[in-house]
Amino acid sequence: MPSFDMAGTWTLHPQVAVRPEPFGALLYHFGTRRLSFLKDLRLLAAVRLLTDEPSAADACRTAGIHDHELARYRAALETLATSHMIVRRTPPRPGEAP
Amino acid sequence: MTTPAPPRPARLVDHFQYGLDAPICLTWELTYACNLSCVHCLSSSGRRDPHELSTDECKAVIDELARMQVFYVNIGGGEPTVRPDFWELVDYATAHRVGVKFSTNGVRITPEAARRLAASDYVDVQLSLDGATAEVNDAVRGRGSYDTALRAMVNLRAAGFRGFKISVVATRHNICQLDEFKAIADRYGAQLRLTRLRPSGRGADVWDELHPTAAQQRQLYDWLSAHGEDVLTGDSFFHLSAYGGALPGLNLCGAGRVVCLIDPVGDVYACPFAIHDTFKAGNVRDEGGFTRVWRESDLFTDLRRPQTGGACTSCSAYDSCRGGCMAAKFFTGLPLDGPDPECVQGHGERALADPDRTVPAQGQDHSHRGRKPVFVSIGGRPDDSRTPPVSPCEEHPLAGFRPAELP
Repeated sequence: MPSFDMAGTWTLHPQVAVRPEPFGALLYHFGTRRLSFLKDLRLLAAVRLLTDEPSAADACRTAGIHDHELARYRAALETLATSHMIVRRTPPRPGEAP
Repeated sequence: MTTPAPPRPARLVDHFQYGLDAPICLTWELTYACNLSCVHCLSSSGRRDPHELSTDECKAVIDELARMQVFYVNIGGGEPTVRPDFWELVDYATAHRVGVKFSTNGVRITPEAARRLAASDYVDVQLSLDGATAEVNDAVRGRGSYDTALRAMVNLRAAGFRGFKISVVATRHNICQLDEFKAIADRYGAQLRLTRLRPSGRGADVWDELHPTAAQQRQLYDWLSAHGEDVLTGDSFFHLSAYGGALPGLNLCGAGRVVCLIDPVGDVYACPFAIHDTFKAGNVRDEGGFTRVWRESDLFTDLRRPQTGGACTSCSAYDSCRGGCMAAKFFTGLPLDGPDPECVQGHGERALADPDRTVPAQGQDHSHRGRKPVFVSIGGRPDDSRTPPVSPCEEHPLAGFRPAELP
């Protein structure tokens, strides 16, 4: 059962580099020195949208992921969070510019 | 027979089989110079080559790698740290967000160097160690090399460098020490990395005596399976996946598809284990540089075409082992579309027994020349050789004249 917080605010780890590929993207974390693969273009889009969307669920929807597919993408995001490719970010306080 | 798959996103390995616009990981040997003479050296290193890339040429290669978004390079040699511009190049690469993992025997990992390394997020160190004891290690890497490596580990640990790699080439003499290697890695806060002995470079000379026995290969596979992602392998042992479940990693030969080698003189080869004209795709000094070699060379284009399994196609294990390592086959004189010399089904052993098998010569040799003392005797010449014999045609008036010995 994934415990990934879809309502939370997330972002790419600042030490992660993203290299687009025909199948998705390669991700490399300079801190943990680990390589990951995003095998899906919509997952890549969602990961890139994390920083600007109010929640992970919103990022997925904006990336064109349908509600019935969310469980699968949630699991993928959880894997990325476990390997510190994506991390929580502090949301802007009300009234503060995003 | 399998039925044709319905159109759906291909597996990741299928994308990799047909190559990427830039390598995922690239090995770059900075110099052939080395203070050691390991018996299994893949690049037959020892002496510097006078045509090695200059500092500026190296920086131009790094600029290209940065443009291609190559995340990191595995720098090796030779012993890369003996290049006077080594640290300059490391700094240049990391400043351009090209990470560096470098392999070293530890000779230059002083306390100061270790502190410098520990302070960077973009540099990783891989210390070579081929025995968990000095006796086993030094037989392969040379006397004193165990102490050198251990001293480097002490320095890295003291500097707070966590997670450096200890890289071991698995041989007949150290597979019984796997637990001891793991204990050393744990003691120094390092991660163990095991790689395969290849019959490349000087490794060809010792492969017969040092490559693991069939029983040891099984032992290694079981040990690696038990340790999972804790132990790195650089995808070395995908030929062992024919035993059963695949080991962690991509489990494919990435030569020219996702990996390649740049050698000290700028030649680009399909993989670090194949320094031979057959696998040379071009040179970074050529027009278009490394990018063009990677994207357009005939050799790499060819490697990215669907490969045939040849004699292996009918084998039930072919899907998992994919015929094994191209370099291992080539340098043992086996056909590239046949079994790996260490095929776990035993097909390699039968192929090696072929009396018509011929082993190709290595591509280059920068080994230290024999350092045995040359005995010469120095003394006066015998009297009768003091003047050359006089030819019958000699016209010089003093020809044949011998002055009387002075008292």
